[in-house]
Amino acid sequence: MPVNLVGDAIKLEGLEKSFGDWPVLWDLDLTLGWGQFLVLFGANGVGKSTLLRILSTQARADAGKALIAGHDLRRNPQAVRSRVGVVAHQTFLYDDLTALENLVYYGRLFGLNDPEKKADEALSRLGMDRRSGQRLRNLSHGMQKRVAIARAIMHQPPILLLDEPESGLDRGSVELLKKLLQEWAASGRAVVMTTHDTELGFSWTGQLGLLAEGKLHLRGPEGTGDSTEFHRRVTVSLGASR
Amino acid sequence: MLGNGIRQNITGYLVVLSGLFMLADLYLIFVVAPTDAVLGHVQRVFYFHVPIAIMSFLAFFLVFLASIAYVVRRDGKWDRLAHSCAEVGVVFVTLALLTGIIWGRPLWNTWWTWEPRLTTTLILWLIYVSYLMIRSYASNQQQAARYSAVVGIVGFVDVPIVYYSVVWWRSIHPSPVVGPFAQANALEPIMLWILLFSMVTFLLLFAYLVAERTALRNSEDRLRGMRLVLRRTGR
Amino acid sequence: MMQILRPVLILVGKDILLEWRSRDLVVSVLVFSLLIVVVFNFALNVTPQRVTVLAPGIIWVTFAFAATLAMNRSFVREMEQGGLAGLLLSPVSRDAIFLGKALGSFLFMLLVEAALLPVFGALLNFSVLSFTLVLTIAMATLGFALVGTLFSAIAVQTRSREIMLPVLFFPVILPVIIAAVEASSASIGSEPGVGLNRWLPLLAIFDALFLVICPWVFAVVVEE
Repeated sequence: MPVNLVGDAIKLEGLEKSFGDWPVLWDLDLTLGWGQFLVLFGANGVGKSTLLRILSTQARADAGKALIAGHDLRRNPQAVRSRVGVVAHQTFLYDDLTALENLVYYGRLFGLNDPEKKADEALSRLGMDRRSGQRLRNLSHGMQKRVAIARAIMHQPPILLLDEPESGLDRGSVELLKKLLQEWAASGRAVVMTTHDTELGFSWTGQLGLLAEGKLHLRGPEGTGDSTEFHRRVTVSLGASR
Repeated sequence: MLGNGIRQNITGYLVVLSGLFMLADLYLIFVVAPTDAVLGHVQRVFYFHVPIAIMSFLAFFLVFLASIAYVVRRDGKWDRLAHSCAEVGVVFVTLALLTGIIWGRPLWNTWWTWEPRLTTTLILWLIYVSYLMIRSYASNQQQAARYSAVVGIVGFVDVPIVYYSVVWWRSIHPSPVVGPFAQANALEPIMLWILLFSMVTFLLLFAYLVAERTALRNSEDRLRGMRLVLRRTGR
Repeated sequence: MMQILRPVLILVGKDILLEWRSRDLVVSVLVFSLLIVVVFNFALNVTPQRVTVLAPGIIWVTFAFAATLAMNRSFVREMEQGGLAGLLLSPVSRDAIFLGKALGSFLFMLLVEAALLPVFGALLNFSVLSFTLVLTIAMATLGFALVGTLFSAIAVQTRSREIMLPVLFFPVILPVIIAAVEASSASIGSEPGVGLNRWLPLLAIFDALFLVICPWVFAVVVEE
């Protein structure tokens, strides 16, 4: 379903974040247009999750400007919250509610009309419709992850933020996810996803970025010489952490 | 950092000034002040106890104001002030409790009584010890600042309610032990003047300690900032 | 008003459903409370002559400890799979999130207290059928829920979360405990009305004050 959106999906200027005296992000700039799909590489601990937490209003940047779908993160976090869908390491779901109940609960919090129907749709999109009546506790890790993804897309957010969404998913589910995210971007919305799986990241079509030393390095346009250089840097950066 | 030199000067003046005042204060208390006719020399602890207790209330009032300022403005300088005042305040309130116990022994004929002021001071001590605990249990500086600001606000608002609840509680449960001098006898004018002087002395001491502690926190934070920059360049 | 009320009700509904499914909290809090009563009986030697003096104290120490247990668990449950983070990600005002969690704890504690009160009445041998006693319990429990929800949101984020909640909670809640004990003994004792006109307003002032302050500072607690 095509969506008409103006301006930039994400615009970051001079973003900074540190924990105590430990720097995580600094001088971070990023402009992501609508219809783009950004795959973000980075070794463990370089701040991929922190960046996504800042973009989704869960953490506060120390300095810098950030606009999400045209809304200032600091001044209007509520507007940002209704416009992003988040998949994180935690599922945000309750073990003793069924998959459907979990989604309906969030649907109501987001103020959706007919949350039951929207929850059903989102679950069937992730192939979970037959398990929707089961309690989360009784679902496998991968299935819980799929419910978590359904939760993130249920309110049709123009921006999806996913933190290593492939972890815990089997091959089939990863394909399903890939299709979903590419459709999301193709419909004029925007997707940001982190991963440390180079094989997976390089095989997906999308803008590629590397997070290292507090900054974001984007790959040059497709087919230019930069491409192989970028490939090398990602491999080196991810290899260095091991 | 502009203004740093000025601040160092102020701290310097304060330490000299409060030192001189303290010497004069000790002379006044132990040599000039008349010995209390009934209580004897123990009564002199009163010149320490009252100013120290008042300074600890002042400290926690400042924590309260600085915490509100931090919540509204999110400027680290307010957190530094609140933290410094809380630390100095806990030292003062501990001393206020100890001197209160020493004073209460001849006055009330018991070490401890659940008298409203004494009880409120004990509760203050507990609240601001938990303030310092939450700071040390937080996972980073920003979290410590946010959580302790909440304790600094909620704790202070609670103090008058604690005080009145204990006052009313006492009116139902009067203490069985009432010493011969439960009513404070009227102060002689000279005693009042010495008390006032002592008040000024402890105010200066308090100001000096807060200034020194804030300067230390400033240095700590600057050091953190430098370490941050060094780590960015990969050191 | 609806903007606050709707999410509050959604949140309370979710908490009730969750507790109904597992029932682990209500069972553990009830058993814990009964244990305290048994221990008190032998520690204080509650005889019929002394019961009106001792019963209010026993009731309120039990309720206060039960409240810290319940509120700590309530937030630990939110932390397990990141439910609180999910909640904070939704476009709901932070006031509503605080009030929803506090109302959930308030209702839960009322339920626990309603179950315990007849047991207390039977074990300690006093009449629980008193309007002022019920009013006192409702008002004091509201105070517990407001302060406890704020401090458990802090405590679960720190190291040593089990100890941090009581350390923060008890000094601040002391006036509520004093007022509740005194108002209860006025209700249970032979002369109802004595002191009530003093303690019930004190509870009301405490509740009103923290109903304003807690939601305001809660926003500072949950945003990083």
